[in-house]
Amino acid sequence: MPTPSRYWREIPQRYRYEAGRCKACGFICFPPRLVCPRCGAREFETTKLAGTGTVLTYTIIRVAPEGFEDQVPYAVGIAELEDGVKLTAQIVDCDFASLKIGLKVRLEFRKLSEDGEAGIIHYGYKFVPA
Amino acid sequence: MRDVAVIGVGMTKWGELWEKSLRTIFTETALLALDDAGVDTIDSMVVGCMSSGLFVGQEHLGSLLSDYLGKNPAPAARVESACSSGGLALRQGFIEVASGLSDVVLVGGVEKMTDVTGCEATYALGTAADQEYEGYHGLTFPALYAMMAVAHMHKYGTTREQLAQVAVKNHLNGSKNPLAQFPFKVSMEAVLSSVLVADPLRILDCSPITDGAAALVLCSLETARKRKKPFVRIVGSGQASDTIALSSRKDFCWIESTQIAAQKALSMAGRKVEDIQLFEVHDCFTIAEIMITEALGLVKKGRGGKAVEDGLTAIGGKFPVNPSGGLKAKGHPVGATGVAQAIEVVKQLRGEAGERQVKGAKRGLTQNMGGTGGSSVVHIFEAD
Amino acid sequence: MAGIIGYGAYIPRNRIKVEEIAKVWGADAPSYKKGLMLEEKSVPSPDQDTITMSVEAARSALKRAGIDPREIGAVYVGSESHPYAVKPSGTVLAEALGATPECHTADLEFACKAGSEGMFIALNLVRSGAVKYGLAVGADTSQGAPGDALEYSTAAGAAAFLFGKDDLVAEAVETYAFMTDTPDFWRREYMYYPRHGGRFTGDPAYFKHTTGAAVGIMAKAKLKPADFAYVVFHQPNGKFPLRAGEILGFARKQIEPGWLVNRLGNTYSGSSPLGLTATLDIAKPDDLVLMVSYGSGAGSDAFIWRVTGRIDKVRNLAPRTRDLLDGNKVYLDYGVYAKFRRKIRKAE
Repeated sequence: MPTPSRYWREIPQRYRYEAGRCKACGFICFPPRLVCPRCGAREFETTKLAGTGTVLTYTIIRVAPEGFEDQVPYAVGIAELEDGVKLTAQIVDCDFASLKIGLKVRLEFRKLSEDGEAGIIHYGYKFVPA
Repeated sequence: MRDVAVIGVGMTKWGELWEKSLRTIFTETALLALDDAGVDTIDSMVVGCMSSGLFVGQEHLGSLLSDYLGKNPAPAARVESACSSGGLALRQGFIEVASGLSDVVLVGGVEKMTDVTGCEATYALGTAADQEYEGYHGLTFPALYAMMAVAHMHKYGTTREQLAQVAVKNHLNGSKNPLAQFPFKVSMEAVLSSVLVADPLRILDCSPITDGAAALVLCSLETARKRKKPFVRIVGSGQASDTIALSSRKDFCWIESTQIAAQKALSMAGRKVEDIQLFEVHDCFTIAEIMITEALGLVKKGRGGKAVEDGLTAIGGKFPVNPSGGLKAKGHPVGATGVAQAIEVVKQLRGEAGERQVKGAKRGLTQNMGGTGGSSVVHIFEAD
Repeated sequence: MAGIIGYGAYIPRNRIKVEEIAKVWGADAPSYKKGLMLEEKSVPSPDQDTITMSVEAARSALKRAGIDPREIGAVYVGSESHPYAVKPSGTVLAEALGATPECHTADLEFACKAGSEGMFIALNLVRSGAVKYGLAVGADTSQGAPGDALEYSTAAGAAAFLFGKDDLVAEAVETYAFMTDTPDFWRREYMYYPRHGGRFTGDPAYFKHTTGAAVGIMAKAKLKPADFAYVVFHQPNGKFPLRAGEILGFARKQIEPGWLVNRLGNTYSGSSPLGLTATLDIAKPDDLVLMVSYGSGAGSDAFIWRVTGRIDKVRNLAPRTRDLLDGNKVYLDYGVYAKFRRKIRKAE
């Protein structure tokens, strides 16, 4: 379970989808980085992720890690957003029978988990069918 | 660089070892390796362990284990690269001997996984993934490999039955391995009807939670020859890294780090993959073995499923894969796996593999992998 | 001149029918359906709460308003089911929208009128010139005690309103508040479920304050029921708002577009705000809309809105309320509903 500071540090990414675009080659890093994985350059400008994309692969989790037990079964997938960024997230509000490679999805603000009944609540993004 | 030999191996039965602590499991195993090697003094030791901190709250393993083995003040290091920690320990030991810095090095691997709940173990294993952008979203390792399987099945037509055949074959091999956690056969029907973990992967597609250790002793070729006992040489070593997150990979169905690590090891050995008679690979999930056979160049891309279906990877087949039973039947105490793979190859090359013996084995390859392929370590062994 | 420059709605897709709840508690479903004029209600998924719904409703409001979120000077979330007892919902919402750090926020509670309370405050901050844009959200995922009458109606939903002075979608003609100390429905700190005074929640509570506020605002604005195209009341069940309308002299057709409760349930702080978003979805330029909220404890906030020509340009920029209400529904059985609503006691 992320500690308050670990959680808080990623807020611009989890709440506002802030990414870094390499000034040299245009590659978009999410989350932002110090070194461009494509061209090795070190200068970036802040950008936001495209809000919609297409599912590339997915699965349905039936044995969950700590903190997600009550959500079982839940679908997760990797989608390629319209700006080329590939993102991993849960796919919700979608019947399992409708899950497929090629499904159009968009990002929605949801609760991911919480640190028990008394700990902080972890928010972020999930995919919903577009 | 000097030549490096393996002069002793040690491994005890793997499983749920309730009565034994991490330090006991490791020490017993290491003593077997030292006795097999006939050495008492070592110049250093390297131990692979993924997560003793999360599993038993213990770090500083180097100090703990050299202490309990009675080898203080020898330098001792614990190395980690998730599930390839054992292979990494082997590589570090190899480098120490090859460089001339040490003459005799004990290489070990250990993991004690049953002192936590299944859920906590799943979490600990999940730390091999990207914590903030995969783990945060509730991803597990079975889920990540399931997504690779879905992509592979979609792109190449790999079938559910081909995945299951990997488990069937490895259990057949494991049934001949007295040290395996599950030394029994499983049927295709049993695999296909076992409970779903992350679609399409079922519980019998997944390697288990295991306690266990494995150890071996490396030394220079010169020292090995002086003993006048059979030994095996390490003729190639390769390692490569890839992205931590599956979503950042160029191709979800291709393990590039294994391809590169294997090429490096083969190049060091001056060999082609056709020169190798047996392969111990990282079947953490059935789909992994299929993708690894492709990345090693044993079959063309996408043909891994067909290969296992056609029996090419069985013990008597064209390229035997996981004669030990693999992670699936032998067990997967994470940090120990990479070392146990090497032990199987050494035993095979010494002609000591009993019912699992690959006939005429002269060279063997081990492939150990971390996470979803974020790290791969490959070694090539040759009978002297 | 100040008013609404953007509005947005969010309703989760899960529903549970009255029959499904009645079956478990041995109650007579037809009499509940008739008495409450209610068929089904919305249920939040475990990953939805007041904060998540507020963010999505506010994003829709931003889409319609078309402004830079950095210029939002105040953010208020009104709810009786804030996820934290101490730590605001408003800060999460403001961060998600990109309104921080130059932004005032407060979390509000006043039973079902916490949302309209936020609207009252944000609108008046804009009117006074204290902020350029203000955002108010009414959102709830309230709990009804198992087997209690309220279990049939406590639902989940959110509505968000952005206020400004330019490019209005609906001008604020008048505002009014009517409030007394009336303990008709309450929840003590650390108690899990609220309690209520049964029939006491009717005439001395809901009707006194709703009609008091309506009469008061119409007098202040010198208007009568026939002057309005539409009226939106707080909707704790299907009957109360229709009866309030009757008492005040409104016609059914004035109430119907904003009357969502029969298939939505009572979304508490979201109730009259969602009635307003549903009404704006179909209103025409120059329509006058009266909105009267009600919160137990007790009080009503009243607003008179005049819809502008801009409504036609923005209404389709984000999901419509009735599309969220009627589209893509998933029906739950009581077991899954109880699991989602954490009504099942789990191991410590």
